Amino acid sequence: MPDKASLQSISPSNKFNLSTPKLKQMAKKLRRHVITMTATAGSGHPGGSLSAADIIAALYFRVLRHDPQDPRRPDRDRFILSKGHAAPVLYAALAEAGYFPVAELATLRRLDSRLQGHTDRKFTPGVEMSAGSLGMGLSFAIGMALAAKLDAKAYRTYVLLSDGECQEGQTWEAVLSAAQFKLDNVVAIVDFNSIQLSGWTRDIMNLEPFAQKWQAFGWHVIDIDGHDFDQILGAFSGAGKTKAKPTIIIARTTKGKGVSFMENSVAFHGKAPTWEEAERALRELQ
Amino acid sequence: MGEASTREVYGKTLVELGRENKDIVVLDADLSPSTMTNFFAQQFPERFFNCGLEEQNMVGIAAGLAASGKIVFASTFVVFVVCRCFDQLRLCISQPNLNAKIVATHGGISVGEDGTSHQAVEDLALCCALPSFTVVVPADATETAEAVRAAASVYGPFYIRLSRPKTPIVYTEGYRFKLGKAVTMRQGRDATIVAAGIMVAKALEAADILAKQGIGCRVINMHTLKPLDEPAVVKAASETGAIVVAEEHLAQGGLGSRVAQTVVKQKPVPMEFVNLGDRYAVSGKAEELLRRYGLTAGDIEESVKSVVKRK
Repeated sequence: MPDKASLQSISPSNKFNLSTPKLKQMAKKLRRHVITMTATAGSGHPGGSLSAADIIAALYFRVLRHDPQDPRRPDRDRFILSKGHAAPVLYAALAEAGYFPVAELATLRRLDSRLQGHTDRKFTPGVEMSAGSLGMGLSFAIGMALAAKLDAKAYRTYVLLSDGECQEGQTWEAVLSAAQFKLDNVVAIVDFNSIQLSGWTRDIMNLEPFAQKWQAFGWHVIDIDGHDFDQILGAFSGAGKTKAKPTIIIARTTKGKGVSFMENSVAFHGKAPTWEEAERALRELQ
Repeated sequence: MGEASTREVYGKTLVELGRENKDIVVLDADLSPSTMTNFFAQQFPERFFNCGLEEQNMVGIAAGLAASGKIVFASTFVVFVVCRCFDQLRLCISQPNLNAKIVATHGGISVGEDGTSHQAVEDLALCCALPSFTVVVPADATETAEAVRAAASVYGPFYIRLSRPKTPIVYTEGYRFKLGKAVTMRQGRDATIVAAGIMVAKALEAADILAKQGIGCRVINMHTLKPLDEPAVVKAASETGAIVVAEEHLAQGGLGSRVAQTVVKQKPVPMEFVNLGDRYAVSGKAEELLRRYGLTAGDIEESVKSVVKRK
């Protein structure tokens, strides 16, 4: 039940509204931040941050109606990072959008930093949910989406999941209930990078046929290349038009995308680059 | 002593709260006819969500609603929401300190015939371990209504444990509950019985028996386990010199542990504990089980006698 008044009270579209070439540059910038941040911290999860960089860039600089000057304004679109280990790429986007100074990114994972190892809503402006134990974000998103319906608010709730966390039973509880509650104001995106901590997802606990699973659970399914901005933006626009059912965007991505020696590497799921590796990575991301 | 259902009072109080405040939202996981959230569901269907048998999802949804400004009550049996969903309670509600109220029924062994799987005896340890939670175990129906109202009006995560069977009435109407403030229900000089939930009525019964034998017991209803009313414990230790803690829970981590921690640190005196020990119970009638597992007025009486000897 979209409420025109609340739609108009926030800018009707994303205030950055970057063009596709600018989005590509932004995504590259986010990737550079991820490399520098994790190398500086000496720990963290670069692989799943790099795979999500294009999706995050599209959301924060083209899709979401949000206000970095007022992170909790009631009519903002919500974005929930369910795969909380990709915190570096979210922090990078929040800093570039102006939620906090870019210089603060260097404090990732340090004592007294607002940038916790996994996202924590108590500390970081713009972070909607505490995450890090997988499989909980979609449930939280459903709560926010139900609140929007109850209050007749037009905000939409976006949630980014990893493919690995679709092995968690709770994810499927939430998938069932979002369809049951007909939450067309929920858009889930799965950063399907095919790799989890200890190997390839298909070898550990296969998720395919993945699209058919969501379809069978009553979702509107959009299967895309998660590094192609035309497809990403097209999917978000398609999601906005769907009525009476939630939308899942299955974004087929490459773990470690943008850095040759991190691409499709299991090792860089949860390991920071050394300084030497970081320098090589940054050269590739020029 | 008459009896009344704490669950029924919970259901009725939710309806009153729902009338007073449109931000009250209620979730249940297919057990609303038992938790009695169905009263609310009938009155306010748009603000009631049956999450089906998805307790973990329900806790996450509760957190999302709470983060959007709702005052959320989420109910099912204790075992399913506390024992099953500890990680969700921790990450989604306790760590972000959200305004969600877990009010669960069928706590303890007084669940009875359904047996071990349904008898939550670890829940107080689990919930008292969560830093931002307030933990309340009401003694009767009157106190339940008050505790539920307090939970609605005070910001932050709550766990309220209710029982399956009707509970003896220890308070008349007009009783005013103060969160975190223990109630001294009997005065006495020889020992103090600290109890919560259904054990409060049994503590009063024990105190009456002991009074006839010339042993004067102070009886404290420690309805709020967390934050604990430490001054009341210290005062009881100082003035009566011996403490017995009675609870329908395992020996570890519940009211007994919490009171002992305070006593040891601030005013060491002899203590005894009336609880389940380190074991699970079986199927049976509630009263049979309470007898079998040592949770009667007689058990409290024996503990008081032995603690008094150690003074």
